[in-house]
Amino acid sequence: MGPSAKRILVPTVAMLALLAVWELVCRLGVVPAYLLPAPSQVIVALIADVPTIWQHTVTTLVEAAVGLAIGVVIGFVLAVLMDRFETFYLALQPLITLSQTVPAIAVAPLLVLWFGYGLLPKVVLIVFITFFPVAVSLVSGFRSVDPDQIDLMRTMHATTWQIFRYVKLPAAAEPFFAGLKISATYAIVGAVIAEWLGGFSGLGVYMTRVRKSFSYDKMFASILVISVLSMALLGLVGVLERVCMPWKREERKAKKER
Amino acid sequence: MVDVGTQGVGAVALEARDLTLGWGDGPSVVEGVDLAVLPGQITCLVGRSGMGKTTILHALAGLSVPRKGCVLLHGDDVTGKPGRVSYMLQKDLLLPNLTVIDNACLPLTLGGMRKAKAREKARPLLERFGLKDAEGKWPSQLSGGMRQRAAFLRTYLMGNDVVILDEPFSALDAITRADLRDWFRGEAADLGLSTLMITHDADEACMMADCVYVLGRLNVSAADESSPATVIGRVEPSRPQGASAAEFALTPQFLEAKVRVMEFLKGE
Repeated sequence: MGPSAKRILVPTVAMLALLAVWELVCRLGVVPAYLLPAPSQVIVALIADVPTIWQHTVTTLVEAAVGLAIGVVIGFVLAVLMDRFETFYLALQPLITLSQTVPAIAVAPLLVLWFGYGLLPKVVLIVFITFFPVAVSLVSGFRSVDPDQIDLMRTMHATTWQIFRYVKLPAAAEPFFAGLKISATYAIVGAVIAEWLGGFSGLGVYMTRVRKSFSYDKMFASILVISVLSMALLGLVGVLERVCMPWKREERKAKKER
Repeated sequence: MVDVGTQGVGAVALEARDLTLGWGDGPSVVEGVDLAVLPGQITCLVGRSGMGKTTILHALAGLSVPRKGCVLLHGDDVTGKPGRVSYMLQKDLLLPNLTVIDNACLPLTLGGMRKAKAREKARPLLERFGLKDAEGKWPSQLSGGMRQRAAFLRTYLMGNDVVILDEPFSALDAITRADLRDWFRGEAADLGLSTLMITHDADEACMMADCVYVLGRLNVSAADESSPATVIGRVEPSRPQGASAAEFALTPQFLEAKVRVMEFLKGE
């Protein structure tokens, strides 16, 4: 078995084993079915409720996508300003860190109070929690640039914009995508949390409803959907990363050979 | 202080006059540095670590403004004006996100030349610089020697006839280093470059250079590490015509030059 086959096979087997144990525990009645549904029951519940779940999923996805997009843009703008102007950096650094000590779950009810039950409070919450990883990773990426590299660019008559475009932006690409992956998962979770606290549609709303009717299999089904959404979003970011950074593929290969 | 000679203005490619340099509010790192790089020659600046070699490089490249003195390029005052001389460091500083040819072309594209045209200009030079099959590769796919040659091609495409090199070969293995020394001597002569090379290696300086300047502490008696450095000696190895760096290193003339450089380095 080659090392790459092993890398796929081992986690797959581990995952299947876990599911099998879970299924067995439920089938044998070790845990009552109303507390912990078996994986097969969750799948059945999911399939039975596909049209409803799909509707709620679309709502959650739209909220997450809009919030994440705005969060990334704000994070990017803040990072560029903080890199360009020392005063901005000194002024914003503590504020941005402070903003992240405020728990999202505590802010969400306030947002509902201020902005109602529609799309807006969800988007605001998601922006609030997703801009941070992007901003912080970009700032550290911009600052990681070798000062000698910038001197060299200056002797080649590079403008500030050219230094940004050729040196700083590529140097920040890798940390940026690491930050974006964190933000992407936050976006889905943020949307669900905001929906719990008030809304008409979305996976969080669906979860609240099925919990109230004690349909734990449907609860688990929605958890499954949330996981799949997060993973899909992560995968999308991964694809984007590979497309945007073609040079990284060779670097990784070169490292492996060494 | 050393007499840089009595050549007329046009006869010197790059000249430092009475340079005093330091960083921020700190004490001066070097004081009263005079040196001259003659057209078409390789001039070496040798000194121990911490003698301010890189500080001098920064000033000569126009990246810092001296506290005193000036930098002349073919007689023009270029003090504090970056981009008039090309420079290259021990680190190749190739951008990982550009292919080899685009890295080499960078000085052209930054100057506003279209990418296709810049590549066209650089392509014939790739073979000459030993990068024939590397055009579309990423820097991470190249060996250290090839990376350094790519960096040198970029330096050449900056289009200045005066080039400053800061320990360009010291990150390479011994064999690659020896190859590149000879290769560089040949290319620099062919391309008509005037070169100032900064190194801590007296062997390398004597092998490569037509003229070696030695840096040392200004105030020898004070065993004070913070005493600024200056040029304390100048040696001209008497190199036979056409001898390669490796061949020259086996001659008595090389040893004689090296002994004199070492005396200056120890005497301080």
